[in-house]
Amino acid sequence: MSEAGGKPVEKKGTGRRKAALDPRLAEYRGVWVFVERDDQGVHPVAWELVGAARALADQLGSEVGAVVAGGTVESLDSDSREAVAYGADRVYQVAHPVLAGYRNEPYAKLLCELVKKHKPEILLLGATSLGRDLASSVATTLETGLTADCTELAIDRESRALAATRPTFGGNLLCTILTLNYRPQMATVRPRVLPQPKKDHGRSGQIQKEEIDLSEEEVVTKLLEFLPHVGGDQVDLSLAEVIVAGGKGLQRGANFSLLEDLARTLGGEVGATRAAVQAGWVDAQRQIGQTGKTVRPKLYIAAGVSGAIQHRVGMEGSDLIVAINTDPNAPIFEVAHYGIVGDALTLLPLLTRTVRGQAVAERTTPLGACGLP
Amino acid sequence: MRAPYIVVCVKQVPDSAQIRVHPVTGTIMRQGVPAVLNPYDLFALEEALQIKDRLGGRIVALCMGPPQAEAVLRKALSLGVDDAVLVSDRAFAGSDTLATSFALASAIRRIGQEQPVDLVFTGKQTIDGDTGQVGPGVAKRLGMQLLSYVCRIPILDMDTRSIVVHRWTEKGLQVLQSRLPCLITVLEGVSEGRFASLPEMIRAARQPIRIWDRQAAGIEDLTKIGLKGSPTVVGKVFAPSRRAERAECIGWDASQPGEAAARLWEKILARQPEMAGKISSDHGGENGQKGVSS
Repeated sequence: MSEAGGKPVEKKGTGRRKAALDPRLAEYRGVWVFVERDDQGVHPVAWELVGAARALADQLGSEVGAVVAGGTVESLDSDSREAVAYGADRVYQVAHPVLAGYRNEPYAKLLCELVKKHKPEILLLGATSLGRDLASSVATTLETGLTADCTELAIDRESRALAATRPTFGGNLLCTILTLNYRPQMATVRPRVLPQPKKDHGRSGQIQKEEIDLSEEEVVTKLLEFLPHVGGDQVDLSLAEVIVAGGKGLQRGANFSLLEDLARTLGGEVGATRAAVQAGWVDAQRQIGQTGKTVRPKLYIAAGVSGAIQHRVGMEGSDLIVAINTDPNAPIFEVAHYGIVGDALTLLPLLTRTVRGQAVAERTTPLGACGLP
Repeated sequence: MRAPYIVVCVKQVPDSAQIRVHPVTGTIMRQGVPAVLNPYDLFALEEALQIKDRLGGRIVALCMGPPQAEAVLRKALSLGVDDAVLVSDRAFAGSDTLATSFALASAIRRIGQEQPVDLVFTGKQTIDGDTGQVGPGVAKRLGMQLLSYVCRIPILDMDTRSIVVHRWTEKGLQVLQSRLPCLITVLEGVSEGRFASLPEMIRAARQPIRIWDRQAAGIEDLTKIGLKGSPTVVGKVFAPSRRAERAECIGWDASQPGEAAARLWEKILARQPEMAGKISSDHGGENGQKGVSS
């Protein structure tokens, strides 16, 4: 499991783990977040990370730093103020034309230089296509430890190191990874596994301008064009408030229309297990779990989903989980709050009808302006 | 025009879909779990093979692992790869992604001594580690341009040494123009893989595979590989905790399924009253969301 990002600490003996940190590393202080953003705004994972960084920094007695960078100054200011409102003490703000649109080379150079200059103890990024690309390059250049796709962050009491927990062996187990004698300690964290922190516009923090010494001529790779994913067939399940998910228990792809009906009625989205995606019943972007999306909606209805661990890791953070399955021993009932043992094909349409019936009833009551735009 | 010289990095992984955790001890049950070629690497191989189909050239498959990892290189050879290198040495044991990228980069440098390498392909991640960190790490160590999550390569011009790729992001595709040499991590599902023909399989079984130890891979510095070269250590491995209580089961009479649905909805509303405000009574599909089943 070399690529799982570590090896058993026992093999090294406990001596190393307790050894005092190299004095050159002890000067690394502060918990940093790279704020993923573009002209349309900030990726929500950035604020989730600022919230986590706040808790870690409070425990370590240090500061939260946020790196906010982009091609032009506009919107950097408001994003920087947001970073403070979510919990940052200091924002390192960088505007330069080479930073318009993400490219590995200028962003990796920027982040490496900022780290060398200010020496943060911990550096966190979102486990997105951008964050994973950038974090890997930065960690390699700085020759430090990087833990991918974490689901939990804490401080190890004994070593004062970042304890980054991530699923391993296809989600069957969790492992906690430490970076002991290297700084900064880096991790990428999946969107939506950490809660969104509360915003406090009364917080104060410093916004500090930084520069990058790089000209467009020096950057090899050029961004020619951006082709947005076309509207209708793109969904972001990670932001959905209601998800109605189906698995193999639905038997046929056509039966997913039952999920669609309920999802539409509840203003939600349809999700699926890996098995359903592999059967070709649903598009891969609706896959939830270890190799799909992580979601934490307010309501998650699992219909005909057995609840393999690989699926559960992607949805167990949901506020309310309801499971419908014919097998009373299905593991989905271990994570669900409410369960019905029965055939989803029978129960789904009835649930949809019940919910719709309620809508009609509410609209006919005198005060029933409920939920209609 | 010089034909491209391509390296594809592959890994042998346990088939994670078949891994089970012991229900009592919470440990991994490895027995009988087959080792396979990392499925994401098939897309990297296919992308390289399509370039060779178009422009000719040579492809070397590179793997780091124990001697039995030779099996995945045979698989790569059977698909049409020209040459295979297995980097295998006890000194690599315990390597994390940083140490792995060092060893692979050294081996690619060695491969490049015969003829400069134009392109390195990797899968987007492996199914055992799931980090996606090794490809970008190798690119950085070799000073190559990194093009990650690539789903299309519309232009590869060996005369001008320029390449245009479509890089997948959550919001859309970046069209990036870059210069060789570069390292490309290939997104899954971009192409249908190919099947090995019988003659190719016979050729693959007979073809010698180059096996390099640490020295042969050109690695002098022992502090960069294995445990010593790995900044990360595994603190503990444990089974995910289960919720203390199971779901509250809503009992129902088989003749009254409507009642079961009503009772369930009542429970949902009691816990999440705001759901009532989200209901749309849109009965038809005409102006609702698009169908999702395919």
